[in-house]
Amino acid sequence: MVGSIPNINLAVFVPALPLLGFLITGLAYKRLKHNQAGIIASVLVGLSFLISIALFFVLRNSGQNAATVTLFNWIAIGNMNIPFAFLIDHLSLTMMLIVTGVGTLIHIYSIGYMHSDDRVNSFFAQMNLFTFSMLILVMGANYLVLFIGWEGVGLCSYLLVGFWFKNPAYNYAARKAFVMNRIGDLGFILGIILLFFTFKSVSFSEIFTQASAMQAGAPVITLITLLLLVGAVGKSAQIPLYTWLPDAMAGPTPVSALIHAATMVTAGIYMIARSSILYNLAPITLNVIIVIGMATAIFAAIIGLRQNDIKKVLAYSTVSQLGYMFLALGLGAYSSGVFHVTTHAFFKALLFLGAGSVIHAMGGEQDIRKMGGLRKKMPITYITFLAATLAISGIPPFSGFFSKDMILTKAFEHNIVLYVLALGTALITCFYMFRLLYLVFFGENRSAEAHPHESPKVMTVPLMILSVLSVFGGFLNIPSLFGGNLSFSSFLDSAVVSKTSEEISSATEIGMIILSIILLGAVIYWAYQTFVRKAQIPSGDEVKLTPLQRIITNKFYIDEFYRAAFEKPFGNLSVFLFRKVETTILDPAVSQIGRATATLGTLTRKLQQGNISFYLFAMVAGILLFIVFILTI
Amino acid sequence: MQNISSAIQIIPLEHYVFLCVTLFSIGLLGVLFRRNTIIILMCIELMFNSVNLLVAAFSAYHSDPAGQVFVFFIMIVAAAEVAVGLSILVMMKRNVDSVDINLLNRLKW
Repeated sequence: MVGSIPNINLAVFVPALPLLGFLITGLAYKRLKHNQAGIIASVLVGLSFLISIALFFVLRNSGQNAATVTLFNWIAIGNMNIPFAFLIDHLSLTMMLIVTGVGTLIHIYSIGYMHSDDRVNSFFAQMNLFTFSMLILVMGANYLVLFIGWEGVGLCSYLLVGFWFKNPAYNYAARKAFVMNRIGDLGFILGIILLFFTFKSVSFSEIFTQASAMQAGAPVITLITLLLLVGAVGKSAQIPLYTWLPDAMAGPTPVSALIHAATMVTAGIYMIARSSILYNLAPITLNVIIVIGMATAIFAAIIGLRQNDIKKVLAYSTVSQLGYMFLALGLGAYSSGVFHVTTHAFFKALLFLGAGSVIHAMGGEQDIRKMGGLRKKMPITYITFLAATLAISGIPPFSGFFSKDMILTKAFEHNIVLYVLALGTALITCFYMFRLLYLVFFGENRSAEAHPHESPKVMTVPLMILSVLSVFGGFLNIPSLFGGNLSFSSFLDSAVVSKTSEEISSATEIGMIILSIILLGAVIYWAYQTFVRKAQIPSGDEVKLTPLQRIITNKFYIDEFYRAAFEKPFGNLSVFLFRKVETTILDPAVSQIGRATATLGTLTRKLQQGNISFYLFAMVAGILLFIVFILTI
Repeated sequence: MQNISSAIQIIPLEHYVFLCVTLFSIGLLGVLFRRNTIIILMCIELMFNSVNLLVAAFSAYHSDPAGQVFVFFIMIVAAAEVAVGLSILVMMKRNVDSVDINLLNRLKW
């Protein structure tokens, strides 16, 4: 299936350009003047995007579905032969276009957003490094190359979350993100090792060719998929490893948009979609994914209801939407999951950038209780934010409607309970998003000191482009119900093998859509009544809450639970080891060995008298002994 | 070569060996027990030359010129060694105004 396609080697430039940008901005960060780093970084990522588009047409004109570009033979030991190769197929092209396209817009936006930061050059170097790693992740032709990118994005996430490292809380958040990702990565690498043991290869094409001959439900496949799932759960912030993502909002807002909304957190979904053949063989794992995804979607959405930090709301919303994508994967609808990744990249990046614009205008204020009335002051931000809110809520014909509707339909086909839960999540999502919108942009300005103003063009133009994508992105994949032909899904079908399920009748489908529109309308009206008409502002900490409200406001005490269950015992164990083992056993042992050596030295140095005659005597005696020794043997 | 060898071979090889062992032992004992550095150096030369003589003798008895080539190398090395040794000796005389080797005992712990 893989032949040589002219010009396909252009693919090498896609990750190479951001790497070049990282080297330029990273090595010369002290010499570059203000803005220069941002322009270099943006231009290089933009070029990468153009090359990705070119690759799209190259692949289309060639009439083939996939191509492998081998850079060099990376590991060759005995029978093991792992090339450093890129796989260019429809799935990786989709991800490349998202990463470079949305990435370019966010880079441009950052020029404005990070304008006054004195470490802006390092910022762009790290952003470019991230883009490079992410491209390696999505382009790798085997699990090991994927893993390099996987670790690379983890590192960049750590660096960028802790970008303002002078604040200890931000540092803590960065460490938390890193450690939680590490837990997932352990599972992931164990999965890769097991894959290698089972298939004697880590290359996608070889594994999938061998696996398609296997029987469904083989225990080893189930174990592999579960281990890979652990990695995906860590990276994509699912229960139980989701708590790092809300804390990762400590990073600059463009970072949240690029890494923690559009690209890195979808790496887990990409990886599962890439391994779709394996997952189709493991029905148990798929059920686990359904449970995890659904639980995360609902759980995070409920927490999002009572958050008062504009970025935290969006963070929980991201966790919830990622749960949605997992649900799609678990239902075997991989292309729907990836489609939701795509539309989510558009509207969630837009939401974060809009939030960044608001934070920028409010002079760093992130508390939505202190905002309000920004609609008049920031019209462009308002309109674009509104478009994204409508898209994420799933209002037709915005992009989120199409992707969510596909997942809801799949859920309905699978199990009515799942459908009800997924629809409930969509309604909660709609409610907290409109709560956010109303509190930020409607009503009166509740902050006396802030003087909001519209952001500069360098920030608003990316917003406008993203809002166009958020509004019209759904038309990529119009279901047959509306006369479309699911072009996006069929585009992906060559790369991912979705499970087929029985189609439901179009009447049911129309009924479901009408039901969800009515419910969404009701929710929006309710939110409007609560937050605009009655102008209910979320209460501060001083007001007494009902127990349920308190639990939700405190995020179900999950962080506290983790602290009590893992952090505290681990800390206590460390203290115990330090006090008892380290100071009473290890330390004395080491110093005793040192002391014994020193004593031995004092004894032997007596021999070194400085007397040459004695040395000569010792030498001759030694030689004689040696001769005697040789002769006796 | 052949004529010389046959001339040398009049004396039995054992004589050479005994002579060389004696010379070597004298040299060795001199190195070990004398305190005068000049004598020590001379004793070292004596040991060198006893070995040279032995090598040359074996070379002659086995009609193998390689041994005699070796002797030349050893002589060159010995000459170099003497040059270094004597210059050390001169410096020693200048610094401590003596050639007693036991005075050089400062190189120690």
